Amino acid sequence: MSVLESGPVSDALIITWRNLKRIPRIPELAIFAVLQSIMFVLLFAYVFGGAIPLPGGGSYNEFLMPGIFVQTIAFASATTAIGVADDMGKGLIDRFRSLPMARSAVLTGRTVADVIYQAGILVVLMLAGLVVGWRVNNGFAKFMFAVVLLLAFAYVMAWIGVWIGLSVPNTETAQQLTFVTIFPLTFISNVFVPPASLPAVLQPIAEWNPVSTLTASCRELFGNPNPTIGTAFPSQHPIEVTIIWAIVLIAIFAPLAVRKYRNTSR
Amino acid sequence: MSNAIEAEQLVKIYKAKRGSQEVRALDGVNLSVPEGTVLGLLGPNGAGKTTTVRILTTLLRPDGGKATVGGFDVVEQSKDVRRIIGLSGQYAAVDENLTGWENLYMFGRLYELPKSETKKRVDELLEQFNLTDAGARTIKTYSGGMRRRLDLAGALIGHPKILFLDEPTTGLDPRSRLAMWDVIRGLVSDGTTLLLTTQYLEEADELADKIAVVDNGTIIAKGTSDELKAQVGGERVEVVLADGSRLAEAATLLEPLSVGEIEREERTRRIVCPSRGGSKKVIAAAQILDDHGIEVEDIALRRPSLDDVFLTLTGRRAEEIDSDDEDGDVA
Repeated sequence: MSVLESGPVSDALIITWRNLKRIPRIPELAIFAVLQSIMFVLLFAYVFGGAIPLPGGGSYNEFLMPGIFVQTIAFASATTAIGVADDMGKGLIDRFRSLPMARSAVLTGRTVADVIYQAGILVVLMLAGLVVGWRVNNGFAKFMFAVVLLLAFAYVMAWIGVWIGLSVPNTETAQQLTFVTIFPLTFISNVFVPPASLPAVLQPIAEWNPVSTLTASCRELFGNPNPTIGTAFPSQHPIEVTIIWAIVLIAIFAPLAVRKYRNTSR
Repeated sequence: MSNAIEAEQLVKIYKAKRGSQEVRALDGVNLSVPEGTVLGLLGPNGAGKTTTVRILTTLLRPDGGKATVGGFDVVEQSKDVRRIIGLSGQYAAVDENLTGWENLYMFGRLYELPKSETKKRVDELLEQFNLTDAGARTIKTYSGGMRRRLDLAGALIGHPKILFLDEPTTGLDPRSRLAMWDVIRGLVSDGTTLLLTTQYLEEADELADKIAVVDNGTIIAKGTSDELKAQVGGERVEVVLADGSRLAEAATLLEPLSVGEIEREERTRRIVCPSRGGSKKVIAAAQILDDHGIEVEDIALRRPSLDDVFLTLTGRRAEEIDSDDEDGDVA
């Protein structure tokens, strides 16, 4: 018998399968996720963008798109949180916990499925980006490196989403809680504006914000305009800082989520 | 015969939240269910039924006491327990976005059944539960009764030796309830051990070999349905008068026949008279009332219902406590 027939890997695959099955069954979810991002693209590319000068010049749309990718992935944690809260509320988590399956599988299956889902959304957004003038200028290897960073970040965000989903009483709270935490995170960053244009008090936050470091990494790897705030460490080494962020965040939130799942008693 | 389920002095305390006292959801529950029998755990909302089931199915750790299911300790050997049990909860815990077939397939695979066997078993269960046609549709399109049936089918996928059904018919319409009872009776005839919780006295009466009455986190009575009824005391004569204004008079006349306090219900023009002596007492009562020209609309000898059992044991009717507090049960 292979590992795919039974055991933790097989269990996680089944849960992944189950979570992916629902995507075509609720197409609204994916459609609205993409539409929301495209709305931001249109809003910033054609409404505000003209008023935002980039230090050092370059195309605002090229500057914008990596930020949109990161923002979309950050907001995806809400989808995860809502899904988990929904499973809790419907008693499905209890059902899983009463089965002789690997307990880790429910969470790994969920997070892996959400990363696959995000990869699909990313493809659509990149195509949309090409339409508004975004380009990949540094070759395939660096492009793939950026994609890997984006998906790694998606995985981290999925774990944060799982933890939130297990911690809140219902889906409404899951949605609101992720929104109020992610929204400031994406705006006090370099996603829409060059960080130097932010008020001085917010600049250190924007510099160290993982959303900013990931966005800066992508801009660097794609070869898009990447205005930074002087010589601060995260601006100089965005990729290293991003990787450290990913490791730190997952080291915090994965155990928190697993503990919450073990002790959940609703 | 060995016991499939054993619980000794189970205690579960829900920590106090701000402004409220801690809740002793279970306060020393003792249970034993011999293999192949059905125990009905009967009690109102908040009595501790669900908490008991959650502990026995390894979803919740007890704060005190010990329990084994199929000989395995529910805390120390929880994975072994999960391999031999099936659980169907209060609400149908199925994935709305999957089809009936996909749901069962998922549960079967997570139950560690091999792929080909799972597929066979899924088809078998769908047929057994009259869901073959619905199997290809997503659960969203299912009625409440169909969801419950699928949920129960999910609990059966791994041929569990011991089955836990937590209020399997709550919220179902009467027709679906009867259909569910038939299904459950069928399972039990195969030799599965079943622990069933219910707030419906009639349901416990219909399905269970033994009944344990739970209230405020303890078992307040145990026995067969007949034993429990005997505990309450024997039979009673019930009379419905044609003319409600003569209720008091009739009650006084029947006093010599009664072995306890006579109850009068003005609204239904009914007199309930605890008695001993079977149908002779009915004839005697009819005679007395007729002699005094009191017209009788209905007269009958009644044996106590489980409703009476509950009333006698707790001083309340089961339905009255429904809304008291739900902390222990829903949690």
